[in-house]
Amino acid sequence: MAWLHTWVGLVLGWLLYAIFVTGTSAYYQEEITQWMTPEIGSAAVASDKSFAAAADWVQHKAPDAQEWSIFLAGKRAPGLQLYWTNGPDAPADAPTEARLDRQGREVKARETQGGYFLYRFHYDLHYINWYWARWLVGIAAMAMLVAILSGIITHKKIITDYFMLRLGKGQRSWLDVHNASSVLFLPFVLMMTYTGLVSLATHYMPWGIAANYADTEKFYAAAFPYPSPPEKTGAAKLAPIGPMVAAAERNWGMAAGGVRVLNPGDRSAQVIVSSGVDGNMSARPRSLTFDGATGRLVSAHDPSGAATATEGVMIGLHAGRYAQPILRGLYFLSGIAGCVMIASGLILWTVKRRPRLADPDKPHFGFQLVEKLNIGAIVGLPLGIAIYFLANRLLPVGLAGRGDWEIDSLFLAWLAAFIWAAVRPSPRAWAETTAVTVLLFAAVPIVSALTTGRNLFHSIAAGEWIFAGFDLAMLALAAGFWTAHRRIVRRARGAAEGRRPQRNTAPA
Amino acid sequence: MAKAAGKSVRANRRDVALRTVAAVPLNYALTALATIFVARILPGSPAQASIGATTLCFAIFAVVAMLCFTVQSVGKLWLTMIGAGLAFALADWLLVLTGGRL
Repeated sequence: MAWLHTWVGLVLGWLLYAIFVTGTSAYYQEEITQWMTPEIGSAAVASDKSFAAAADWVQHKAPDAQEWSIFLAGKRAPGLQLYWTNGPDAPADAPTEARLDRQGREVKARETQGGYFLYRFHYDLHYINWYWARWLVGIAAMAMLVAILSGIITHKKIITDYFMLRLGKGQRSWLDVHNASSVLFLPFVLMMTYTGLVSLATHYMPWGIAANYADTEKFYAAAFPYPSPPEKTGAAKLAPIGPMVAAAERNWGMAAGGVRVLNPGDRSAQVIVSSGVDGNMSARPRSLTFDGATGRLVSAHDPSGAATATEGVMIGLHAGRYAQPILRGLYFLSGIAGCVMIASGLILWTVKRRPRLADPDKPHFGFQLVEKLNIGAIVGLPLGIAIYFLANRLLPVGLAGRGDWEIDSLFLAWLAAFIWAAVRPSPRAWAETTAVTVLLFAAVPIVSALTTGRNLFHSIAAGEWIFAGFDLAMLALAAGFWTAHRRIVRRARGAAEGRRPQRNTAPA
Repeated sequence: MAKAAGKSVRANRRDVALRTVAAVPLNYALTALATIFVARILPGSPAQASIGATTLCFAIFAVVAMLCFTVQSVGKLWLTMIGAGLAFALADWLLVLTGGRL
């Protein structure tokens, strides 16, 4: 089964690496978005006050709206997201969404997809239809699950390898890095792979629903109720939202994450308060429905079935939204270890085959292709992400379609890395792309300080830990790629010196 | 000698191809039929049974995929999978016919 691991790993490794890198970044999705919208302050406000302020705002902005939804993506969220459905008399181009800060003021931040884009890319990819993208991601994840399980079964020395890391020994070291990062974090990667599949389970396996439901809508209505606005019965003032949110939070003992108001300003109004994404390990929210005119509790929805609870906790474990700072840090580091596992496995494929080449200076096409794709994929994506952050600071704030430009910048830089790898000799391309990545990550805090007036020292002094932490993370990434770059240069020099005597004997 | 080696390489490739087809598309069909079966027989509300079966299906798929590359005979593998698939299909059909769907 070893050949299965090698070849499945090679073919799907590049995609899995991209999924792991962007998925790992998603553990700091809210912080990345906060950094990418430096106009928004990060002051914390109690969520019932935030929701009440947001409700006041939308009441003024869209008095005839038939429905509002106000979302707060947890305690770490930089602000609230609002959506509403306008009344029938509203012009067709009237706005239907807005971002507010936690005091309920509309945010005029630069247009960006922020950390959300990296999160979505990790299962929807980009530039291709999301439906097929999810299938590609699912096939890669399933292949990984089978590779891990078969690896555990066939691995004879799993305990010994657990404690084995011999650095500076060429191929043996790459194998050790691959084994150490795989085995040490195996439970994590196994958990992430299975729960990732469960997160999109109905996409891959709709037959479990089809077994009991001829009409899929009925399944969703039963499992995840989402009522539509009832018939209107006459004007009535909407009761204050704040006390309803506070009552719901007292009831659950955790913060609210969403408020939906149906028929605001009508006697039939309903206010549905949902629990926050980070209050519970399960990803499935609870909700309470209040009468909008009187503020009285009408009904409660609690996803408490055994299967729902299991599924919800699996998805919750994957997304890690419940995680407090230390656990979140561990999630992030484990994610990095997953990236190292995949990258070292891909590199190992070439390292292992290089000595067997007829002429190591002129490898055959397949070997070259893998090596070039390795450079473009392993270094190119982090390089592109650095460009994504730089583009956020450097593109004109008023540029039309700015969010898309940031994303295009990422992919253009990634493409450039592939082209660079293709046209340069591979050892040089490794050294040069890692050097550029070091410079780009190191440039992020500097460019940010020059363009926003938020520099690292000011952020630390002001206690703006998200901005300070982001800048420090960029420097840490630069240092990480610097270490890799130094090793590559030293290795290339060592290889050149090792070959020199041979060169001298050959006729020039 | 070279001819024999060539033949064994070709036989090996056919073996791998047959196992791969069994492990991926055939496995998907079998897992889908098994998932329907589990969704019909799990206790609790239909929604709970559907979610439970769907959550479990990846474990079924992964185990069957591994078996496809471990069992000795490819012929037996195909026969067993088709047989199991037909049995599940018949059971699913009877369960839906007698119990109906929402």
